[in-house]
Formats: sequence, C-alpha cells, structure tokens
Amino acid sequence: MKKSFKFEINKQLLIGVVTVFMGLIAGAVLMAFTGNNPFVGFSYLFRGGLMNVERIGNTLATATPLIFTGLSVAFAFKTGLFNIGASGQMLFGGLCATAVGLTFNMPRPLLLTVMMLAAMIGGGLWAFIPGLLKAKFNVHEVVSTIMMNYISLWVTYYTIQTFFVGAYDTESRAIPDSASLKTQWLTDLFNGSFVNIGLFLALAAVVIIAIILNKTVLGFELKAAGYNRFGAEYAGMKVNRNIVLSMVIAGVLAGLAGATYFVGYANTIQIGKMPTIGFDGIAVALLGANSPYGVLAGSIFFGILHSGKGFMNAMTSIPPEIGDTIIATIIYFAATSILIERAINTVRKKLKGDK
Amino acid sequence: MDYVVEMQNIRKEFPGIVANDDVSVNLKKGEIHALLGENGAGKSTLMSILFGLYKPDRGLIKVNGKEVIINNPNQANELGIGMVHQHFKLVHNFTVTENIILGLEPKHGLTLNLKAASKKIHELSEKYKLDVNPNALIENISVGMQQRVEILKMLYRNAEILIFDEPTAVLTPQEILELMKIMKNLTEEGKSILLITHKLKEIKAAADRCTVIRRGKVIGTVDVADTTTAQMAEMMVGRVVSFTVDKKEQEAGDVVLDIQKLSAMGNHGVMGLNDFSLQVRTGEIVGVAGVDGNGQTELVEALTGLRKIESGSVILDGIDISKSTIRDRIESGMAHIPEDRHKHGLILDYSLEENMVLEIYNKPPYSKNGFLKKDEIRKHADKIIKDFDVRSGEGPITITRSMSGGNQQKAIVGREVDHNPNLLIAVQPTRGLDVGSIEYIHKRLVEQRDSGKGVLLISLELDEVLDLSDRIAIINHGELVGLVKASETNENEVGLMMAGVGK
Repeated sequence: MKKSFKFEINKQLLIGVVTVFMGLIAGAVLMAFTGNNPFVGFSYLFRGGLMNVERIGNTLATATPLIFTGLSVAFAFKTGLFNIGASGQMLFGGLCATAVGLTFNMPRPLLLTVMMLAAMIGGGLWAFIPGLLKAKFNVHEVVSTIMMNYISLWVTYYTIQTFFVGAYDTESRAIPDSASLKTQWLTDLFNGSFVNIGLFLALAAVVIIAIILNKTVLGFELKAAGYNRFGAEYAGMKVNRNIVLSMVIAGVLAGLAGATYFVGYANTIQIGKMPTIGFDGIAVALLGANSPYGVLAGSIFFGILHSGKGFMNAMTSIPPEIGDTIIATIIYFAATSILIERAINTVRKKLKGDK
Repeated sequence: MDYVVEMQNIRKEFPGIVANDDVSVNLKKGEIHALLGENGAGKSTLMSILFGLYKPDRGLIKVNGKEVIINNPNQANELGIGMVHQHFKLVHNFTVTENIILGLEPKHGLTLNLKAASKKIHELSEKYKLDVNPNALIENISVGMQQRVEILKMLYRNAEILIFDEPTAVLTPQEILELMKIMKNLTEEGKSILLITHKLKEIKAAADRCTVIRRGKVIGTVDVADTTTAQMAEMMVGRVVSFTVDKKEQEAGDVVLDIQKLSAMGNHGVMGLNDFSLQVRTGEIVGVAGVDGNGQTELVEALTGLRKIESGSVILDGIDISKSTIRDRIESGMAHIPEDRHKHGLILDYSLEENMVLEIYNKPPYSKNGFLKKDEIRKHADKIIKDFDVRSGEGPITITRSMSGGNQQKAIVGREVDHNPNLLIAVQPTRGLDVGSIEYIHKRLVEQRDSGKGVLLISLELDEVLDLSDRIAIINHGELVGLVKASETNENEVGLMMAGVGK
C-alpha cells in the first residue's frame, strides 16, 4: 500500500524533471540556431546562478518572492480557484509594506513585523474581493482577479506619486535600511548578495501550507470544495465561506511576495509596472504540480535561470532572452503535462511488455 | 446464416483495464439481439467501437459480410448503422422535422425544403407505427415521443442496424411496452436491432438472442426463449442471484419525517415541487415512484437542504428543520444516499478513507484541535470496508475515482448507514449497478427498516420501489398523485398514476 503512494510522488517528480529537460532541449536548439554551443551556454547559465556563494545568494533572493506567488497560485488551485491576481495582490501588499516602512519610526523588529502584517492584510484584501464576488454572485475569479491587477497597478501609481514620490518620478522613495528585510549578517554570509530574511519566511510558508493542506481539518474542507464543490456542499461544508477563505490565504501569500520583493530584494517600487513574478508564480505552481515542496523546487530552478542568464549573456554571445525562452517553454510543457504523463505511461507499458 | 454485423475477436484496452477481451458478437438480419452485462462489463465500449467512437486494438468488423473499418460515426451511418443514445441529442426549440434533418438538410436553391422532409418523416412514422407529428416542437412532446424522434432520425438516414443504449431508463412502464412493440415492428420490416441493457425482464420480453458479457469477456450467447432470467442473471454475475427481497411484516411506529405542504422551485424557474405532503414512520420504507424529472430531485434537495424551500415545512423527529443547514440536518439524524454518486456522493479525487469521513471529519475522534487523526480515519474506513464488503485496488487509500460504480455505491451506503440515522433518504440507491450489488444494497435498506429506522426510497426503477416499500407515494409534475400500500397495488396501477392518471 505504501509503495503505490510513493509511486505517485515519483511520477509527479518524473513529470517535472521531463518538463524541465524538454525546456532545456528547446533552449539548446535555440542556442545552436543562433550559432552557439549549447553546452557552453548552459555551463555559463548554471554557473551564473550557482558558481559562488554570492550568486547562490542572488538565486535564492530571486526565488524568494517566487516561492510566495507560486504557493499563492498552488494553494488557490488546490482549492479549485485560479488565482491570476497574484501580481496585483503582490503589488498592493508591497505598497502597504512600503507605506508603513516610509511612514513609521519604530524599533526594527516591531517595524518589520508591522510591515509584514500590512503586506499580508493588503494582499489578503485584494484577494478577498474576488473571493466574495465568486461566493456571492458566482463572478469567475479569473476575470475579477485580472481586473484587480489593474486596480492595484493604478492605485499604487497614484499613491506613490501623491505621497511617496522618490528621486525620480517613476519610483517611490527608497525605504530606510532599518525597514529592509536585508540583514547584515545574512548579506555578509552570502558575500554581499541580495538575499534577505524573506527567504526564511518563504521556507516557513512552504512548510505551513503543506501542513494546512495535508494534515488539517481546514485543508480537508478547502480541498474538498476545490475537487468537488457539490460533494462538499452535500457533506455540509460551508462552500462559500471556504472560497473566500481560500482566496484570502492565497492573497496573504502573494502579499508577502510583495514584501519580500519590494522591501527585501529591492528598496523602491517602480510605478506603472506590473511585477511579472505574479505570473511566474503560475508557472512555478504548474511545474511543481501544485505541491508546496514542488513549488519550492520550481522556484529555485527559476531563480537559477533568472540570475544566470545575465552571466551567460556576458560570457557568450547568446542573448539573455534565451533564458526567458527556456522558462516559457518549460511553462508550455508544464501546462501540457498530461501529454508527458501519457508518454511516460506508454513507455512504462512498453518496458513492461518487453519483459 | 446471414449476419448483418459480425464483430470478431474484438479487443480494446484502456489504461489499466481490458474493456473488451476477445469479444465476438454476431447480429442476424431481422433479430433483436440483447447485450447483457453489469456496469463496466464492456457493452458500451463494444457498441462505441461499432459506431466508430473507439478504435479496437485487435479484431475485425464485418457489415453484410464485408470487412469494414469504422473510424467515426459518419462512416457508421453510411454503413447503415444508427444509434439511439441514452441521453437524447435533440434541439428543444426545433420541430421534429428540423431535428431529424439536422446535418443533411434538403435544399431548395438557397432555402430549406422542409415540406419534402416533413412528408418523408410522416411516411416513415406511418410505416413503423410511430405516431409522431413531424411539425410538433420537441419541448412540447413527451420523453417517450422524443425517443421515437431519435428512432426516426436513424430511419431517415436509412439505418438498417439500430443500436439502442439503455432505452428504457427514462420511460414509464406503459411507454416501455410501446417501445417493445415498436422494436418488433422495426424487425418485421427487416431492420436488425442491438439492445444494450441490464434489465432482464426487458430482454425476456423483447429480444430473440442475448449475448452476456462479464468483465470484458463473452460468457455466451443464448436463445432468449430457451433461457430463464435466473440463468441469464447467473451468467451475468457469475453466481446464483436472489431476486426476491426478504421482508417480514412489521408495524410502523412513530413519525420520523413529516413533510408538510412542501413547495420548491425547479431548475427552470417554475415550481418543481408543489404542496407535497408525506410522512415516514419508524420501521417502514416509503417509496416514491415517478417518471424521471417529476419533482423527485426537488423533493430530495429540499429535504436535505441542498435547495431552498419556497413554502411548507420539513419536520424531523418533531423538530422543524426547514431552515436548518445541511450539517445541522445531518447531525439531527438524517442520512442521504444521493442520486448522483459522482456529483454529490464522493470527492472522486479523495481516497476511500477520506470519503468515509466526509461528513464527520471535524468531530472526535477523527480530528483534534483542527488536525486530522489519520489513524482513526483509517480504522473507521477499515470497518466500513469490512462491514459492507467494499472492494478496491488498494483498500482505504484507493482513490475513489478508480473504483467500480458498485463499490463506490456500497461505500456511500456504508458511510450513510454507519451514521446510524433515524431517517435514511436513499435516492436511486442501485442506479447502474449489477444485480449482485443491487441484492446487497436492498438487503441493507431492509435491515435499516427492520432495526426501527425510517427509510425514504426514491427510485425510477418501479420494480425496486414495489419490492422494497411498505407504502408507495406516486409523484407526478411535482405533486403527490397517490399513496398506496405496496401489498395492495401492482405495477399497472402505479404505472398509470406515474403517467398522471390519478387514483
């Protein structure tokens, strides 16, 4: 009995690995097409992400907000909701954290705590509205979360221009060092990289979300509503409340992504720009088969690609867009993972038949 | 002997199962040939292969002695093969004629030549005594009539070989008799019929020969006239089956469920249930008989809390629960075996053990401080699996989606009975199940009654209602049209009331 459980996990892992591999092959073909040696290209790409502690730190720093948005999308998805609004939730959460950081003067631990809470509330609020619309009026969350993205974008634009405008018109004032998640000892440990304590929050979130989904009464209810709304209703669960709750939890996670990005990785908010990390979260969730630990692995892999592509470009004549193309191809294969699953099944059957 | 269809050594595999294993079926010209088998035995797969919906892995098909390859339903039509699906494929606001010509519209320059088509349909209807008005709108004619339109559709396309997929599921007993007559008319005119069914009575009444399929393999082909229903049932299930339900006479006790003038909205914005009153007492089974879509769904959903009540009240054990939540109703002693086990009864992607605590996961001992207690959940599932003989690939951790319909249903019945409810609402508890599972579930329902619980049985299978119930309520157009004692009525009387002829 245990055995088959293990088999399932292995299969998901195998699908993920095949997906990544196919993406890399597509990248290799493109590199060869642009007249470069793929092996050289890949070696620089991965060295760019991993060759020393500073670069490893940067990879982790890039992965941190991705872990949060990936968890946000994956959690919503497990409970039957498609959260396309991670970007907007993240931006608004980041704005809330920045606003607190720029406004209040408090001892650092307290300030950071309040900032994180503000980010969570902001992100949660941004997802609460689509959740409520879905529960009360059956408004599809894909439409409403996309709309909330735009509202978030322009609310941030207005707020920053009006209250927090910085050295340039296009960005906010930089937050003081005391309001940043960047911490000296961690920066020193990783030789001055961007890595910040948001990473620990992200790792904790992975564990907490995994526990909620797999071990708690709440997770049992939320997943039931996601898998079969009617079945959950039949069993007496409060499906509408659960929809709102799922969205809020997803929003809280995305809000934390905003905090780790805007007051950790960066120290300003650029206005008029939707953070793409929210959409990359969808990719990470797909690649990780919506499992929290899968999201963690996927985020780190994407972190390597993102932080390695610049190095690859500097050392070879391969355009950095190849890195993005690889990511896009992986998303493509992850989205069609059912085909990969079928292919794996066919191969397995053939192997069995030959024996 | 001339065969119009020969399917030889057909094999079709789906991931994990062999749906058809070396299956051969031959259809004689002018006969009604029944395909009998339990759910999941592979009869629908076989017919889908003949109709071009699936490709066989192995084997060959001959039509009129010539080997053919059928890649899609259009090719099947060209070979003269037509199919009446279980769920009709009709456009409701089109006329009969418009529906029939859909896809091969006769043209008159740029306009439709409806007159010619209508005339041809009228002639066909006369010839086979179908009595269909070509100009009626589909939404205005009965389900039985709609089925005849489906038959006409095939005839209009010159089909010689007709496949009927579970055609009687939606009909009243009287309509079933008429359908049998129509099928006989068709064969007399030289058509050949393949009839998919799991109802032995109908095979006995209509079919000439019968091929029994069990677990993807042909068990045998028999002449219906020389074979008893018991023999066919045994072939189908693989063991002797008892048809009669053992039930002792028993006085009913206090009222458990009191439905008072209950009204609820239907799905189309009109009252689906109207002023419906009925009582269920302890120690009795009350059956609700009716043709599909006459308010049964509305009744069940209003009782269980899935649908809002417009007026009237539901009283359980003396307490008005008309406005209670679903969970409150469950906790006050109501259990519900739902009509649609996939839509309501199970979370198909959950494991069997998770499904077994679907309504009680948040109560001790199955959870503590918000955390699930997996050991207790496993124990609970093991108990139900043992008590109700639920068979599955991997026991409690089997994903329910991969289980057979019969075992899914046994699991649901087990779960609901295990709540030890004062009132058990069983809706179509044996739908689509093989006779073996039916026998088992019937026994369990009677046990509930014998142990002094109330059972409300809602079923479209009239035989089931007649066999199990102590009293029978007949529902038509959302209204109670009759209430009779099961011991004092018969199929004919109930059937007439189901059709709306009141008592």
